[in-house]
Amino acid sequence: MIELRNIEKKYGETVALKKVSLRIERGEIFAVIGNSGAGKTTLLRILSMLETDFLGEYLFNGKDARERAEEVRGRITMVFQNPVMFKGSVFDNVAYGLRVRNVDSDEIEKKVEEMLKLFRLERFRDKSARKLSGGEKQRVAMARAFVIDADVYALDEPTANLDPENARIIEKTIKKIKERGKTIVLATHNLFQAKRLADRAAYIESGQIIETGESKELFENPKHPRTQNFIYGFDFF
Amino acid sequence: MAWEYVVNGINGAIKLVVNGDPELVDIAIRSVKVSGIAAVLAAIIGVPVGVVLGLSRFKGRGLLKSIFNALLGIPTVVMGLILYLFLAPAGPLGFLGLLYTEMGISFGQMLLILPIVISFTVSSIESVEREIRDLALTLGANKIQIMFKIVEESLSGIVLSIIAAFNRAVAELGIALMVGGNIFVRGGGLNTRVLTTSIQMYVARGEIDYALALGTILIAIVFTITAISNYLQKKWVGYD
Repeated sequence: MIELRNIEKKYGETVALKKVSLRIERGEIFAVIGNSGAGKTTLLRILSMLETDFLGEYLFNGKDARERAEEVRGRITMVFQNPVMFKGSVFDNVAYGLRVRNVDSDEIEKKVEEMLKLFRLERFRDKSARKLSGGEKQRVAMARAFVIDADVYALDEPTANLDPENARIIEKTIKKIKERGKTIVLATHNLFQAKRLADRAAYIESGQIIETGESKELFENPKHPRTQNFIYGFDFF
Repeated sequence: MAWEYVVNGINGAIKLVVNGDPELVDIAIRSVKVSGIAAVLAAIIGVPVGVVLGLSRFKGRGLLKSIFNALLGIPTVVMGLILYLFLAPAGPLGFLGLLYTEMGISFGQMLLILPIVISFTVSSIESVEREIRDLALTLGANKIQIMFKIVEESLSGIVLSIIAAFNRAVAELGIALMVGGNIFVRGGGLNTRVLTTSIQMYVARGEIDYALALGTILIAIVFTITAISNYLQKKWVGYD
């Protein structure tokens, strides 16, 4: 579904990604793990076509993504680490992606209500989204993305700095969305979360993919010394 | 003795304001009208320019922004002098017949406050542009929808720029004095006396009560306009 070949990205003189090659299959949860500044966000921004100025090849469903960036953006939605809220109510925020697609108002009402229920946001429906807590904002950001019938959701540290209750709601919903056949790319430095959710994972360090594999295999039996160093620094059990 | 002078002035001012002195009312209305027209004209020109400048990236954009920022601090006396030379009958814009007219003051004030509207609009757009653009883009918005969303998100800053521009216009003296000429004939239709020029004149004449009354009205106008704009922003622009 998604194939990256030798992707390179620079911001001025800073190299953010070096020769990144990846394959992400339809319907899987693919975790990109690594420390802060490793290049996870840049990778997600490229997947979501928010960055189009990069070297290498990006194929989406076998076709060059850059040549049809707008179409790819319609199929991949990114949720940012710091949830940005539009002015307006929670309902308006969640409905935005449907409104720009000219979905009719009855349909918007139905889909938004469904998402608010899924993320337990019903009681905040008419409240100002900007006045919510960090965890509630993150849930709105997820609902706003998932209400769109995209093929792929790129989630950047979706539970970073959240309390356990909000993190639990979000993880539960990610699983539900996966059950609907959606593909999820999850960037996280939380190994426990990646292990719980992901089918496959890649370890990224200093802009380079060090190792990719089945989630269980990667976490329990990492091959590369740098992956071992990263993973064994954590005590899972 | 010194305090008596001030206290008498304040007492006289209170009486003039409470009694609604017709001359004061006339001057105050003219001030609001002249500066209001200037603010509306500056908004009509400045907001679109600021939006384009805030949203687009082109060579020379930084220089253009720097010029508008530098013009924020232009002394009104210098601006008044330049405008006087341009609008004088023998000047390049003399044929417009704007010298010593209300419209002339509005035109001059519009030029003075245009950089305020443009610079503040650019700042408002830039403060939200990156994150709103990315968010709207990833949610499937097209270029036009993104542009409208960015402007919508910057609206409170844009409104604030227009209010700041009006307040600067209504409180300036140089242009009103040199282009307007502080003309006042009771019952006349071509008067150009506004609050700032009359304050300056009454102080020169030693009529402190009048000057204080007009000063009070000027401050009241500025505060009222700001309070109304805050209220309208909450009501119209909606949620914070």
